[in-house]
Formats: sequence, structure tokens, C-alpha cells
Amino acid sequence: MEEKERQKRAEELLVGEEISNLSSQEGAEKRPVSEETVHIAESVAALEEEEEQEHLEDRVKMLSPGAVVAKRFFRSKLSVIGLITLIVLFVFSFAGPLLQFVTPAVWGQDEVDRSPGKIVEINSPYEYDDIDGNDQVAYEYIASPNAFNFDGPISPTHLLGTDKNGYDVLSRLMYGGRISLTLGFVVVILETLIGIVLGGLAGYFGKWVDMLIMRIVDIFNCIPQLPIMLIISYMLDANNVEAMSKLYIMMAMLTLIGWAGVARMVRGQILYLREQEYMMAAEATGLSLWRKLFKHLLPNVLPQLIVSMTLGLGGIILTEATLGYLGLGVPDEYATWGNMINVLTSEVSYWGQYPNQWVPVGICIVLAVLAFNFVGDGLRDAFDPKMKR
Amino acid sequence: MVKYIIKRILLAIVILLGVSVIIYSLVRMMPVDFITTQFSDQFAQNNVDIQAEIERLKVFYGLNDGIIEGYFKWLGKMLQGDLGNSFKYSDKVSTIIVENMGISFGIAFAALILEFLIAIPLGVKAATKQYGVVDYTASVLAMIGTALPTFFFAAICIQLFSVQLDIFPVNGMTSTLPIDASGWTRFWDVIWHLILPVGIMVFLSVGSLMRYTRTNTLEVLNADYIRTARAKGLGESKVIYKHAFRNTLIPLVTLLAGTLPGLFSGAMITEQMFGIEGIGLKAYEALKAGDIPFIMGYNMFLAILTVIGTLLADLMYAVVDPRVKLTK
Repeated sequence: MEEKERQKRAEELLVGEEISNLSSQEGAEKRPVSEETVHIAESVAALEEEEEQEHLEDRVKMLSPGAVVAKRFFRSKLSVIGLITLIVLFVFSFAGPLLQFVTPAVWGQDEVDRSPGKIVEINSPYEYDDIDGNDQVAYEYIASPNAFNFDGPISPTHLLGTDKNGYDVLSRLMYGGRISLTLGFVVVILETLIGIVLGGLAGYFGKWVDMLIMRIVDIFNCIPQLPIMLIISYMLDANNVEAMSKLYIMMAMLTLIGWAGVARMVRGQILYLREQEYMMAAEATGLSLWRKLFKHLLPNVLPQLIVSMTLGLGGIILTEATLGYLGLGVPDEYATWGNMINVLTSEVSYWGQYPNQWVPVGICIVLAVLAFNFVGDGLRDAFDPKMKR
Repeated sequence: MVKYIIKRILLAIVILLGVSVIIYSLVRMMPVDFITTQFSDQFAQNNVDIQAEIERLKVFYGLNDGIIEGYFKWLGKMLQGDLGNSFKYSDKVSTIIVENMGISFGIAFAALILEFLIAIPLGVKAATKQYGVVDYTASVLAMIGTALPTFFFAAICIQLFSVQLDIFPVNGMTSTLPIDASGWTRFWDVIWHLILPVGIMVFLSVGSLMRYTRTNTLEVLNADYIRTARAKGLGESKVIYKHAFRNTLIPLVTLLAGTLPGLFSGAMITEQMFGIEGIGLKAYEALKAGDIPFIMGYNMFLAILTVIGTLLADLMYAVVDPRVKLTK
């Protein structure tokens, strides 16, 4: 415990140490000056000191707050790993499909492999009695080529095999990543905007505004997410909303349910910040309400917001996967990670046979969520002035 | 105390009313002819008179009346415990919920008890030996628990233990036993079927509970009275298990009280993966079939459980920790 405290303090003092090192150097330079030259030196001393000062300022790096955060962020191994994973996943999903002009192993997202694929063999015995009354068994053997290559094994043209529709799994993993990775941004940004406005209002004005908004937050906290999403999904079907726009509208609805948490956090922060001295100063200088809110209060909530947004992105990937798993997503020809993991709702005898159809998707989901969480945790530590570890 | 409880209950009622308004407006947004066309085959399958059923639906949700009048009529029925009639199961929604929630609760409760039994001692251990093996295990488990989707983890476990190794059954609650099998055999059979689902539930949530216990214990260990206890010259184990541990329990008891009602809601995905006939699986099947009255009733049921959970947690907090003042 003590050791950690010491370590923590040492890290905080890093910049200070640099300064003290420099000043000791300064002292060492001064010492060898002989007594004879003292009187001469004295006259120059002022000048020299000025030079020394300039020198010192050059050597001590004054880091801007942003640079301090960046430095702390990159010091943590986990957050760097998270960042690299995210970059790899984004490149894989956005640049990967372009390879379809280069190699035969990358397909379009709804491009069916029309080659016959494996041959289905039906080997069915049937029994009959022959003229003598003896039981006979005849075997009927049918081998027919398929119209398209479904449930294909791993092969040079299908590095992860094909699924039940004859789509290439690897390519769909890329196309799915495009949607699953970016969808979260829509949700999180909308959620945060609503949360800032309502949470800010509640925290700043207090009294009945606070009371009203917080009760609404309570109500939204009690709404069960998945079943409500199901009803919304049916409603969109009823109003003939198709394919991708359905997915985006569903995500927008998700924000309508999810803003409550953000609002609660913003409110708590604003309640705390409102009582700080600098806000009293802002009050005393007679700043306008607008300026106080957007220039003095919100920037101080921003670090927490960025952290919760990053952690939220991982959560949205999981939600999308769960919705897809429950079959509430988009039609089959559009690839999303949730859509692909949907294969797990079929019989065990089917998906147990083709792990290539669901294991890679699952790994991608877990990797993406972990990466977002690592980056979020790293940002939280980086933003925390007390540098809690 | 009584005043506080009454205030909290009134607040809970207001929240539930709000939830019911939202749920009701969702029903109103749905075109009626959509329901007719969507479910006519289903009614035909179950030999239900379509017109009568649609009419009953309209009456139940007050679709023939104005939106406000309709809402209050629907609310009146809800207050009498009438959650509507399910299309899929052709029975009252409330009956289906009550009949099936027992199994869900049993499984979730077993998982919860196991979680607490594992997480509390290990969490305390992690706090006293910070940055030790147990501590890192807790962090890793917590990370896995938040990032691993239940269905993916369950699929891997089924693939590994049931399909490849053939140790556990793939799904279901019972296997086909001889008719004269004794009670014990049947009991062990059920346990054998439930090891995998319960194990998965525990594994995915034990990490965060461990972290929670750890944080709480750390906070308590920094308190003044712990320093006093150490200064008195008490042994380390006495300090931790007699002085610190009891105070660590305060937030955990609150947490437990808050979680209990939610156990009735069923784990939709785990139950679906393992084919356990609980309320979660029923809801999933209704969801697949587009059984709107059931989903509506289930939503209200979940909302009520959540409200009771927060209420219990707040009250419990006041009961366990005498420092909390109730006149808020």
C-alpha cells in the first residue's frame, strides 16, 4: 500500500524532478568560479542569471494539459494495446473489402458462391418383401450437386468457409465490422447530446426542474431494454421501414432509452462543479448564463463524458450483437456481426458442426468490446489528476 | 422511517405510471390491421376465432376509445392483475408468468448464492493482498465478464463440454430416466443439467462482484477505526475479519436486496441457449412469434421488479447502516 502511494507520488512529481535536476546543475557550474574574479563576475552576474533563466525555460518542457493526458495514456500498456486492436479492426473492416479486386478470397457482402460446392449424399435404405416373403433391404443412393456452395469448408477461396446462404464468412466479417463498429458512434453521440442538455439543466437549475428531469430519468431506467426493442422492431415492420434504415432507427430508439445514465452523470458533475470557487468568480464577474454553462461548466464535465462515451461504444457493440442474436436485426443479405452470430439460435447439431461460422465473429465482438474498454479505462486514468491506478 | 417508506412507495408508483404511459403509447402506435394480417395464420393454427380475438384485443387495449380514455381503461385492468391474453400460449399472461418464474428464480438464485460465496472471500483477499495473484484474477474475470456475450460463451462451453467432451448434456432440464428411477436419481439428473448454465452465469458475473467487494474493502481499510484497531495491537486477521469485514458487508447486503426481485425476470439468453423452460425462454418464444400482449405484460412485470429492487436496496441501505438519515 505504502509503496504504491510512493510510486504514485513519484509519478506526479516527474515534471518537478526535472526542474530540480536542472537547478543542481546550475549550482555545480557556479562553484568553480574563483574568488579573484568574484568582483568582476558580480557585475556580470545579473546578466548571466538572465541567460541561465532563459536556458532553463528552454529545457523544462511545459506540457499542455492535452499533452499530459496523451503522455499518461500512452504510458499504460493496456490502453495502447486497445488502441492498436481498434485500428487493426477498423482497417480490416474498411480496407479489407477493397481486396476483392485483388484476390479471389474476398467476396461481396451478398455475393453468393454459385459453384456447386460439396455434394449432398442421400443414402436411404428401404425395406420390402420379395416374392418369397423374405425381408429385403435396398439402398437408394443419390448424389446431387448443389445450386450454390453453402456451409462450405475452409478453402483457398473461402478462408473461413461459407454460411448457409453461400456467403463468404471472412468477407462478411469485414462488411459487418463496418456497420457494427460505427453504429455505436451514432448511438453514443446522440445519447450524450440529450444527456448533456437534460442533465445540465437538472444540475444547474435544481429545484423543480431537477425534480422533474430526475423522475423522467428514473422512469427510463425502469424500462426493460430488450423487450421494448422488440416492440419497436415490430412497429417498424408494421410501418414498412426497410433494411438499413430500420437498423439505424432502432439504434436511435436505443439512445432514447439510454440517455438517462448520461444525464444522471452530467447532473452529478454539474452539482459538484457549481459549488466550486471558480464558478463563484464567474458569477461575480456577471457572465451570461450561456457562457457560464458552455464555457465554464461543460468543458469540465467533458473528460468524464469522453470516458463514458468510449465505454459506451463497447456496450453498443454488445447490444447490436444481442439484438442480432435475437433476430431483431436487418435481413440476411446485410452483414452485421449481430446478424452473423444469429446462427447460434439454430439447432446445436447444426452450429456445432460449423464452428467457422460463429467463432470468428464472436472473437471479433469480444476483441472490439475489450479494446473499447481498455481505451476507455486508459482515458479515465489519463484524465484523472490524482492518477489513480 | 415510516414517512420515508411511504414517500418512496409513492415515488415508485409515479415511476410505474410513467413506464405504463410509455408502454401504452407504443401499443397505440401500432396499426391494428398489421396485427390482424400478421397473426391470422397463427390464430388459424391454434384454432382461435380470429375476429373474436382481434375484438378482444381492441377492447383490452381500449383501441376503440380515445387515447386517454383507452389508457385509463387499460390501466384499470392492469391494476386488477389482468395483463392480457397471450396469442401464442392461449392463456392469461399473468398465469404464464407465475407458472414459469419459479424455475428461473431457482437457477438465478443458485447462481447468485454461488457468486457471493466465491466473490466475497476472494474480493477481501484481493484487497488485503493488492496487486497479488487474486487481485489480477479478479480484474481479468471482471474484464471477461463485461466483454464476453453470454450466447458466445455459452456456445463455446456447449461445443467444448457437451459436443466434444460429452461430459454435460447439450440442453434441457431432464434426461429420459427409467420410470422407477428414485427421487435422488431425478434430483441429481436435474443438477447435472444445470451445472453448465449456472456455471456460465456465475463465471460471467463473479469478476465484477469481486472488484466491487475489493473496492469496498479498500475503502474500509483506509478508515480511522482500522488504524485504531491496528494501533491497539490487534492481530491482522482480527482487524480484517472482525472490524473491516462487517463494514464491507453493508454495500453488499444492499446490492443483494436490490438484485433479488430481478431474479424472477429470467435470463432470456442463457435459458434459450440451454432450453430451460423458464420465464426467459417463454418470453423469447413469444418474442419470436410476435406475441405482443405477452411482451407488453412481460415488460410491465420487469418494470415492477426493477422498481421493487431499487426500493428494497434503498430501504435496506437505511436498515443496515445506522448512519444513514432517512429524513431526506
